[in-house]
Amino acid sequence: MTTAVIATEIVMKLEAAFPGSVVESSGDTIVVKDELLFKVASFLKNTPGLNFDYLNFVTAVDYQTHFEVIYNLISLDRNHGLTLKTRLTDREKPVLPSVYSLWKGSDFQEREIFDLFGISFAGHPNLKRIFLWDGFQGYPLRKDFKQ
Amino acid sequence: MVLKTETFILNAGPQHPSTHGVFRMRFTLDGEVIQDVEPVFGYLHRGIEKLAEGLTYPQDIVFTDRLDYLASMTNNQAYVVAVEKLAGIEVPERAEYLRVIMAELMRISSHLMAVGFLLNDIGAFLTPLLYMYREREKILDLYDMVCGQRLTYNYMRIGGVSQDIPEEFLPALQRLIDSLPRFIKEYEQLLEFNEILLMRTKNVGTLSKEAAINFSAAGPVLRGSGVKWDIRKADPYSVYNRFNFEVPVGVKGDVYDRYRVRIEEMHQSINIIKQAVAQLPQGEIMAKVSRVLKPAKGEAYGHIEGPKGELGFYIVSDGSANPYRLHIRPPSLINLTALRELVIGTKIADAMAIFGSIDICVGEVDR
Repeated sequence: MTTAVIATEIVMKLEAAFPGSVVESSGDTIVVKDELLFKVASFLKNTPGLNFDYLNFVTAVDYQTHFEVIYNLISLDRNHGLTLKTRLTDREKPVLPSVYSLWKGSDFQEREIFDLFGISFAGHPNLKRIFLWDGFQGYPLRKDFKQ
Repeated sequence: MVLKTETFILNAGPQHPSTHGVFRMRFTLDGEVIQDVEPVFGYLHRGIEKLAEGLTYPQDIVFTDRLDYLASMTNNQAYVVAVEKLAGIEVPERAEYLRVIMAELMRISSHLMAVGFLLNDIGAFLTPLLYMYREREKILDLYDMVCGQRLTYNYMRIGGVSQDIPEEFLPALQRLIDSLPRFIKEYEQLLEFNEILLMRTKNVGTLSKEAAINFSAAGPVLRGSGVKWDIRKADPYSVYNRFNFEVPVGVKGDVYDRYRVRIEEMHQSINIIKQAVAQLPQGEIMAKVSRVLKPAKGEAYGHIEGPKGELGFYIVSDGSANPYRLHIRPPSLINLTALRELVIGTKIADAMAIFGSIDICVGEVDR
């Protein structure tokens, strides 16, 4: 049975390693600061006892005031899961560090978010549109997209 | 003297018999050896995630049929499971059992296609595939019986299923599950000891356990590499915790192991269907769900073990009748991520075998 890890325990570990990194947490969800995202992700993957070795999916939501990028993490051998989130308020040039070097499974998914939301992932080896053609204007999954 | 060759670009697809739909692979070749590949897709992108935001929750079920069109039933299921989680709806027991029966039939049907097309790609041209079609046809007939559709079922609804099974369904299902194991064995015997098949599949496209996990592979691709991970066991949804079944895994993670896992899973699915038929309770098939469903503000992720891997829906509700955001976790797209690593260094003919063994459906890759 996939047990949701208790966020408060992980929050304590995160706060000890990176003070001020956690914005808020509830249930199995932790929201972290965008500038510390990569460090936190790396910590979650490599810390013994946490072992989040499997990136289930990455996606984004446009809340109009901000973007939320969601990382669903699973530890296959410990069978527990966690939802890691981060928020971006910049609509002009939203940038996040790519987690490709940690989980290669993020390759196409980060490209998809770039294609449909216009969020860039710094450090991604091949960041370009994935479904739409290169000359396409705008980002369709944004709420203010007009056809 | 050192002979030098120049690399050249070869396009396979978008219209190509081995790419199963509109999918293109841009190979960089040195002679016959692949130096690089870039999968190019999006030809079938319909923007389903965007369209879903403009329709109500029940209306979106219709779109899920058009994702992986070889496994529409499980797409329906993954979506309704997510919405039920979001809105806190309890599904009646009989409906859960009917869902299990339909989903396992779908898994058999999808695996038959996966195995058939794989064999087709590596040179067993059409004959095995047509045998697979013969069995799949019987499954489609069963679906036709319960919901009048052969491909786009729209059968599973939020809170249950659209209609109860007709009287003639269970006898027909019984005939099918009695005959299927024999047919599957027959294919195994014809193919398993075929030296050409073994040479084309063994030690080809080997994906290590660590790489499979790192690439977020799911379903038979992950299990073929020896990772015992199945959502039906790891996070049992519906009534799967009431059935006894095994999770078959491979050893090496080559094309052959992925093929074997699918064959074994078909046997396991038959096993589950038998138990579900034996336990099938009487009762309601639909929970009481308001006509205009407005889940409370919040979000939910519902997932199932689809035939191609973990299929999940991440839904955000703003309290209105339409989802604010609907994201699909597409196993076909994510399994494809490993393709590049698998084919680099192999011959072009092996690339087709490797590609076939991943088993994608372009409707789900592009959405």
